Amino acid sequence: MQQRNIRRRKTEEIIVVNLLKLSGLISIGTTIGIIYVLGSQSIPFFGTVSLKEFVTGLNWTPLFVPQEFGVMPLINGTFMVAIIAALVALIFGLGSAFFLSEYASRKVRSYVKPLLEILAGIPTVVYGYFALTFVTPIIQYIAPETIIFNALSAGIVMGIMIIPMVSTLSEDAMSAVPRSLREAAYSLGAKKYQVALRIVFPSAISGIVASFILSISRAIGETMIVSLAAGGKPALTLNPLEAIQTITAYIVTVSQGETPQGSIEYQSIFAVGLLLFFLTLIMNLIGRWVVYKYAQEYE
Amino acid sequence: MKERLFYLLILSSILIALTSLLILLIDVVFDGYSYLSWDFLTNYASRKAEKSGILAPLAGTLWLVIITAFCTIPLGVSTALYLEEFAGTNILSKIIKINISNLAGVPSIIYGLLGLAFFTYFIGLGKSIIAGALTMTLLVLPIVIISAQESIRTVQPSLKEAAYALGATKWEVAKKIILPHSIGGIMSGIILAMSRAIGETAPILIISSLVFITTVPSSPLDRFTVLPLQIYTWASFPQDEFRGIASAGIIVLLVILITMNSLAIYIRWKNQTDRY
Repeated sequence: MQQRNIRRRKTEEIIVVNLLKLSGLISIGTTIGIIYVLGSQSIPFFGTVSLKEFVTGLNWTPLFVPQEFGVMPLINGTFMVAIIAALVALIFGLGSAFFLSEYASRKVRSYVKPLLEILAGIPTVVYGYFALTFVTPIIQYIAPETIIFNALSAGIVMGIMIIPMVSTLSEDAMSAVPRSLREAAYSLGAKKYQVALRIVFPSAISGIVASFILSISRAIGETMIVSLAAGGKPALTLNPLEAIQTITAYIVTVSQGETPQGSIEYQSIFAVGLLLFFLTLIMNLIGRWVVYKYAQEYE
Repeated sequence: MKERLFYLLILSSILIALTSLLILLIDVVFDGYSYLSWDFLTNYASRKAEKSGILAPLAGTLWLVIITAFCTIPLGVSTALYLEEFAGTNILSKIIKINISNLAGVPSIIYGLLGLAFFTYFIGLGKSIIAGALTMTLLVLPIVIISAQESIRTVQPSLKEAAYALGATKWEVAKKIILPHSIGGIMSGIILAMSRAIGETAPILIISSLVFITTVPSSPLDRFTVLPLQIYTWASFPQDEFRGIASAGIIVLLVILITMNSLAIYIRWKNQTDRY
């Protein structure tokens, strides 16, 4: 009786451990699935379109005749919006981080941080609406030549959305700067802003750089804001007041209609998806590597 | 002087961030409140803005969240349990951990492509609720796993050791000690993950396309739309009335999300105060 009970418990244990392990493997399966799906749909695409045309071509017109598949305009649009967003997020996120880490009392911080986090929790489609119906008219009022769909409005609003991310990462880096460094500066007669700018800032610079890289990565993958506010016209322009198209917005444009499976348009969203996946992966890895590096500096 | 200037600069940057949140909320409420009515909640979408409602997307969102929760909760919690309590520090658990943090950084639209190629076409689920929910499961799984791991780590080792001393197996400890003691944190993580699923537009758009739906889905294999997707459709129309109902939809969406987030915060708070 006793013996059987122990054996039953042991079998149960083995079954459970394997079930749990199986669910852990699903996350690995997801990664393999992503790479397999993007890769397997891209292969026929690159059978039709040469890699050379894809990389060096200057026109992206898959939905018109003649079809051209030069990805440069999409990359141009993607990075233009992402860099505007990352700059906005860096300026205001860094300022917020200085305030929270160096100036705010614990009480103020406990109220302000959750408020700031709300920005990160608002669905992106809401930001898209805000960019299109509120920010764009303001930009058009200041610069009347602005087109309704433009990179600037999408970039600014996306930047606002990413502020909490930059702020949190930078603040973590600033809090990791040892007290002794600050106190040494104070004892030499430094003022508070001098400590913030000349001690805390340089010591936390790698964390701040990481937050900038991660925010670009986040902005590159952002979809709904650019789909609503930045337009659907792939363009090789550096003018943020013009319409552009990002990689993500192109995928959305194709997906809105019922594109038949196996067509070149269908394959093309996987090809640019693969590009997007690697762009964000590389930036995430660099960002994480920088964070990892600074985490060790003061240990 | 410079001290004051610096303080003003950083104070204004955080104030600008918070003010833009306020402006966004005011803008949406201002544009949309006059379109809110009982009819708006119980009508289907229509070619005419004033007759349009969000019944179909509300039903779609409800279906989606229920199925996503049903799949995510067991998978997320068991992965977290495996990583924290069973795997130790073997190679597999290391790979899984790195992999999960990488997955958390993959853009949501990529999950949409995965779902389209795998669930919709390869498995043959079509552009159905279940295809959307399974995709959403993969998308929010890292959130659930990471928050469940954190909450499992807070369980006091002395409790576990007492159980082991009485001869309990690992699974018995997990079932009777760890889960009951970390359930609050796990729950609040699940609610946050579900609110993420409710607000996501891109993957659903990829899988479902922009469809005009005027029925409440009756099975998980039906075609569907969700609230943020309907908002996107309306917001992309140039007419002011459609923008109005888009913002009325946003108000409903935000009310749902705020309610869920408050619930998550309440559960976490209650759990903390109960324990000590």
